[in-house]
Amino acid sequence: MKPADFRYARPATLDEALTLMAGEGEIAALAGGQSLMPMMNFRIAQPEVLVDLNAVADLAGVTEMDGTVRIGAMTRYSDLARHDVLARLPLVARALPHVAHPSIRNRGTLGGSLALADPAAELPAVALALGAKVHLASTHGTRSVAADDFFQGLYETDRAEDELVTAIDLPAATAQETYGFHEVARRHGDYAMAGVALTRRDDGLRIAFFSVSDRPVRAKAAETVLRDDPTKLDLAIEALDEIDFTGDLNGGPDMKRHLAGVVLRRAWAEVLA
Amino acid sequence: MSKVHVTTTVNGDAVEFLADPRETLLDCLRDHVGLTGTKEGCGTGDCGACSVEMEGVLVCSCLVLGVEANGKRVDTIEGMSDGHDLHPLQRKFIEHAALQCGFCTPGFLVAAKALLARSPDPTEEEVRYWLAGNLCRCTGYDKIVRAVMDAAAEMRQEAA
Repeated sequence: MKPADFRYARPATLDEALTLMAGEGEIAALAGGQSLMPMMNFRIAQPEVLVDLNAVADLAGVTEMDGTVRIGAMTRYSDLARHDVLARLPLVARALPHVAHPSIRNRGTLGGSLALADPAAELPAVALALGAKVHLASTHGTRSVAADDFFQGLYETDRAEDELVTAIDLPAATAQETYGFHEVARRHGDYAMAGVALTRRDDGLRIAFFSVSDRPVRAKAAETVLRDDPTKLDLAIEALDEIDFTGDLNGGPDMKRHLAGVVLRRAWAEVLA
Repeated sequence: MSKVHVTTTVNGDAVEFLADPRETLLDCLRDHVGLTGTKEGCGTGDCGACSVEMEGVLVCSCLVLGVEANGKRVDTIEGMSDGHDLHPLQRKFIEHAALQCGFCTPGFLVAAKALLARSPDPTEEEVRYWLAGNLCRCTGYDKIVRAVMDAAAEMRQEAA
């Protein structure tokens, strides 16, 4: 066994879970565990208390109301992939097969992905492209944050230490909505070397990149260019200079800059198709 | 750290053990239940050598805590054959020489079985994408994919 010692707690209700999250010491919430477990095995994460959310029924499930789809934080990727609601979330449907491998998707959760905010993960960028709303709860109450304000840096979000992500709201697609998604990875299922998710609706165009910076990022200048003239792709790609590209194990900022243009070109072709 | 009493069903048998919360399901299967067919490759969910089914769902047992298996049904490679009668996938792996060192094989077999349960007539592409989470460093993937396709065909024939 590899992780450092921790106290294990398995709350059955959200209230119990929130009380545990408000406790003393370093506390980690265990959702699907597909990122946290390796981090604990490597002792990159050494929580003193592990709050296992897998028995908290209030956190799972999908509801739909007035054009908004609310997805419980503990909803697993594979549960979502099988859900009827996916017909109203075509961008999510497009992105899900790119998230790791079947066994990982069987455990990994939407809330876990958002709360971890891995810059190379698909779903945070999809949430950003859709203008999602993230719901948070603590013993002090509940609040919601726009995806635009939620992701704040490398594995950093607006979530306070005693808060849990409880659900995410995504707008159901309208008939006019078009979308695009593309990522390049060394092997299928690996984290992307660069990727982009985008939506075009009546109220605007949202382009969100992943695995190019320290967090999922909007490309607002490129959005303006393509909204005004969908044929000005080269100009939009030039406008990607606005992004603060950061390198990772796959390559440096210059390569990320190049790949961002490549994935945008391919995803935009999907939008226009 | 106090141990946690875990009650599970492994390959159809009721099993109880005391787990340190830090132990993964993989640790528990190997060290407490004595089922060493499930292997640890990477311990990070990249290689698939530790694949088992929990509640009929394919998971990496290295990324599930043993205590999370409480009250759950777990199926491992040891439950795959019917006594000495090998599962068609096991037989086809031998026939196609789809293994050399064998370390990845239990994971491949469990993952392939999960695929055929949901998709009895997969395309080669489907098999390759499904098994992308399992790494083999000696045989290569061609023989493995062929063995799975062949086993699927035989199982469809048996079912017909």
